[in-house]
Amino acid sequence: MDLDIITSILTRTVVAGTPLLLGTLGEVVSERSGILNLGVEGMMSFGAATGFIVTFTTGNPWLGMLAAIVAGALISVIHAFVTVSLRANQVVSGLALTMLGIGLSGLWGKPYIGRPLIVKMNAIAIPYLSDIPILGKVLFYQDAYFYLSVVLGIFVWFLLKHTKIGITVRSVGENPKAAETMGINVSMVKYLCVMVGGAFAGMAGAHLSTAYSKSWIEGMTSGRGWIVIALTIFALWEPSKAFIGAYVFGGIFVLQYVLQPLGISPNLLAMLPYLTTLGVLLFYGLSKGGQRKMSAPATLGEPYIRGSR
Amino acid sequence: MKRIEKLEMQGITKSFVGVKANQDVNLTIEKGDILGLLGENGAGKTTLMNVLYGLYHPDKGKVLVNGEQLHLRNPKDSMKVGIGMIHQHFMLVQKHTVLENIALGYDEAPFFFPQRYMRNRIEEYSRKFGLEVDPDKKIWELSAGEQQRVEILKALLRNADLLIMDEPTSVLTPQEAEDLFDILRKMINDGHSVILISHKLEEIMSICNRVMVMRKGKVTGSAIIKDVTKVDLARMMIGRELSNSLEKSEIEPGDPILEISDLSVDSDQGLPIVRNLSYTICGSEIFGIAGVSGNGQREMVESITGLRKSVTGSVRLQGDDITNKSARFIHNNGINHVPEERIKFGTVANLQLFENSVLKKHHTTPFSKRMLMNYPVIREHANSLVEKYNVDAASINTPVKNLSGGNMQKLILGREISAEPSLLIAAHPTYGLDVGAAEYIRKELINCRDRGGAVLLVSEDLEELFQVCDRIAVMFEGHIMGIVEPGNCDIEDVGMMMAGSAVEKKQGENL
Amino acid sequence: MSVVVIPREKATPLFNFFILLGSLFAGLVAVGIVFLLKGINPFFAIFEIFRASFGSFFGFKETLTKAVPLILIGSGLALAYRAKFWNIGAESQLLVGAIFGTWIGLAWGPSLPGFIILPLMFIGGFIGGGLWGMVPAIFKVKFGINEVISTLMLNYIAAEFVKFLVVGPWKGKTKYGYPYTDDLPDQAILKYLGNSRVSLVLIILAVCVALLLAFLVFRTRFGYEIRVIGENPEAARYSGIDFFRTTLIMMFISGGVAGLAGVGELSSIHHHLSYPETISAGYGFTAIIVAWLGRLHPGFAILSGLFFAGIIVGGDAIQMSMGLPATTVNVFNGLILVFLIMGDFFLNHKVFYQRRKG
Repeated sequence: MDLDIITSILTRTVVAGTPLLLGTLGEVVSERSGILNLGVEGMMSFGAATGFIVTFTTGNPWLGMLAAIVAGALISVIHAFVTVSLRANQVVSGLALTMLGIGLSGLWGKPYIGRPLIVKMNAIAIPYLSDIPILGKVLFYQDAYFYLSVVLGIFVWFLLKHTKIGITVRSVGENPKAAETMGINVSMVKYLCVMVGGAFAGMAGAHLSTAYSKSWIEGMTSGRGWIVIALTIFALWEPSKAFIGAYVFGGIFVLQYVLQPLGISPNLLAMLPYLTTLGVLLFYGLSKGGQRKMSAPATLGEPYIRGSR
Repeated sequence: MKRIEKLEMQGITKSFVGVKANQDVNLTIEKGDILGLLGENGAGKTTLMNVLYGLYHPDKGKVLVNGEQLHLRNPKDSMKVGIGMIHQHFMLVQKHTVLENIALGYDEAPFFFPQRYMRNRIEEYSRKFGLEVDPDKKIWELSAGEQQRVEILKALLRNADLLIMDEPTSVLTPQEAEDLFDILRKMINDGHSVILISHKLEEIMSICNRVMVMRKGKVTGSAIIKDVTKVDLARMMIGRELSNSLEKSEIEPGDPILEISDLSVDSDQGLPIVRNLSYTICGSEIFGIAGVSGNGQREMVESITGLRKSVTGSVRLQGDDITNKSARFIHNNGINHVPEERIKFGTVANLQLFENSVLKKHHTTPFSKRMLMNYPVIREHANSLVEKYNVDAASINTPVKNLSGGNMQKLILGREISAEPSLLIAAHPTYGLDVGAAEYIRKELINCRDRGGAVLLVSEDLEELFQVCDRIAVMFEGHIMGIVEPGNCDIEDVGMMMAGSAVEKKQGENL
Repeated sequence: MSVVVIPREKATPLFNFFILLGSLFAGLVAVGIVFLLKGINPFFAIFEIFRASFGSFFGFKETLTKAVPLILIGSGLALAYRAKFWNIGAESQLLVGAIFGTWIGLAWGPSLPGFIILPLMFIGGFIGGGLWGMVPAIFKVKFGINEVISTLMLNYIAAEFVKFLVVGPWKGKTKYGYPYTDDLPDQAILKYLGNSRVSLVLIILAVCVALLLAFLVFRTRFGYEIRVIGENPEAARYSGIDFFRTTLIMMFISGGVAGLAGVGELSSIHHHLSYPETISAGYGFTAIIVAWLGRLHPGFAILSGLFFAGIIVGGDAIQMSMGLPATTVNVFNGLILVFLIMGDFFLNHKVFYQRRKG
């Protein structure tokens, strides 16, 4: 096979995987603290619209990224309030936020449909490294979102595993009672984690609208938010595995187009990411059903009532 | 950090809704003491210690350390003064390592790589007191004894001088308990002090130097260990007031209904918790199981009712083997059960009263015919239950969660008794109920027996058992220590059996 | 001074209704604020939405048309949610029902009279949606797979499969390259009422199904067991209820009624299978709120289905007149749902200020 084609496939895989990685990192943080956030699809959408609009208006894609991060964090406060303070059903709240996020993004974004960005987040070449054949183009000639996602991924991994904050967050999700007896403000930790999740989702969305493409259309996220939720499970709630999951699924997205010339219906190919998700979950369920359950944060999805014993 | 030379609790009074958990309790402990706090469940020991640890605020009374009065608003205040508490149920994160658990919320640990810092500090204390534990292991990989050591290390690292331990040996094997006592002795020599909450006489006699006994919220005695005998302590723990206000006629027991033979059951952790139990219950008989909660009673009941698998042994109902059959099979065949945690298992809180009145039997006629629920009949049934068992509810449409505990219990009991079972199992049926409701329930149990039914009554309330039962078996650590008849036995003997001391069988009671 | 929260002991039905209205009102206020930020007069916009859907004859007919699938699916979701089984897959259960219906309609339609082919299609649709609904149930009970994710993934898989069918093997020979199947034969089409798109048959079907499911939930043994499983799974175990069997049947029904909605849309509105978004039109998601607004009572899905159908129709109307995108409906749905959840909190808890005790 042509080297260029390989390079192109790998590059596109990385690009496709970047928003998935960002989204998954955020969801991992949120779920590790015990809060299930099903609103990722909506928050991504909202981030995509916000990122686009700000980039369009200011001509600065970095501002767009920042705005999207803030937007994602802000909208997630609703979810945090409803699930942490009001202890409401996390599934329904997440779904409501998905609808809200998608609706708001469509509303804000309408006037911008069909008006592509002049300035978008372009690829940045890292000197010397980007000259390495194949890998150089794939890994070192990408846009800022990719570099940031890798850095953030390592950062989140390190934070969760090797710092006090990491222990706090993880303990809140596993045994909030124990954390409370050690003097930790469980509610505040959960709020912050949900907001981090929202911020990441917003950033992922902005990647879609300002780096991956330069236009805004409705339904840009096309289910990536849901895949992120599945990826979180696939990654067994570990940032390190999130990398693998994100790029594997990015690859599957790209694979659809690669396999098309073979004559397989593009629609059947489009099912691949979702079938794979189910397949992976089934595999976990069959082989180490118990172990997978052991990996999920123990109180994921359960409301925590302060002072209960 | 100043050491605690002397700690005093004076006049501590604490009530919860309607229950006087602590009444004017005085406690003193000095450096180097291991003070035992003895009493049955509900005596008020844990409440008192929760006050000391800052989890509860007393209604009246004060706490003084080295002569200075303290205001303990939360556990952090108590920890600052040097008080540490090891709860009966460990506050540990199962999936994390020992290091991570100890580092949780630990201010002095550095932000980056806190585990490294903790390792050194843990090693210090480990060596000092013999608290051997592998810091890199995950909690779920550790035995109960090792987990407890982690909790002790947690407390020590937060400068605990006085250590409160709540029923520490309840999850330990005898060997692990011995190891724990070695550790405690080392700590005492180093100038720490310990308050040991326990219901086990042996334990208190062997490790403590002083003891305080509580019963129903009050202090019933305190002593220096070498000056008292087990019998003295048992008497202080149980008390002597046992009224016999319930009328009970003499009835000849009928045919054997339930035969338990060599039954062994494992706990949730996979350890044996019921060991080779054997006994028989006959018709027209109330058979009581006495003993402090946690000695296997719950698991035994669950295995009889089909909610838990037994490891060995058999359960026979009127001759038929029902060992390990399903819950539905068992109660279709005449065993009814009033569960220990009534809200959790016995009712569906959000459903209405009449809907709860047929739980478990909802699939049988007359309550349902093929696919349809026969609500008129169900409502009639609910009404009759409410009337007969004096359930105080606004109407049969009230959601059950709005009923008081006592009324919920009456409903459940009524539901189970009215099914006219061959065997009725009642687990702690009057726990938490007011006097009137409790009395009512006991009368109903006697009625059931008078009608020919067999009743298995599990209770911690000796008074109740003595009033109601025809025979009482005492369970301790999964064994039956002895079976007595209320009419002719010594209270102290029962108390001793409950606390683990085997007693010379005077009555020659057999199975 | 501090805020004290304690569980509320009881709530009269009147209070319940009051909270419901309050939540709806708060939701509408929030939507109004969103409109305001967009430079649109909120009062006018909201008024226009309701006028277009309920105020005009034509609008009301459209509302009825759209209410049918919402009522059907909404009542099915109410059943599932009662058992705390979070079925998010109604979109695909609808589609699979439509697939089965299309196949039956095209294969046997030409040779059978209407009064046979139509019921067959509906039965087929029910079975199709039901089977598709059982998949996540098996996944959950046997493999411990979270039903939210499995139903969502199945949504995408079914949608792609439909796309595959309409551009591939089932592509209409008479449709000149459009991604549709052939039209259903005449006898397989449900007739409209007058010059609306309302089908009397469907309305009756929807109302009957909703009432039937309400009967199922509240009057049958099965419904009783579903409610016990949802409210207290421990008590369900204690009372000997069979989780697996009950959950499976429940999802067969929940998926099945969504399948019915699929056949309904197919047979009365579109007359052929085409792109999934056209056929299912987000009904599967809107129905979630329909069920929630109806307090998970399948019978109330009738009213709340009508209400949300009105919002969709009204939303379409202001889309055209004010240039707002169709997804504005999602803003409505999302905000109303959020406020409904918040309202639930006040229903179950009492909140008040209290002087801090010294």
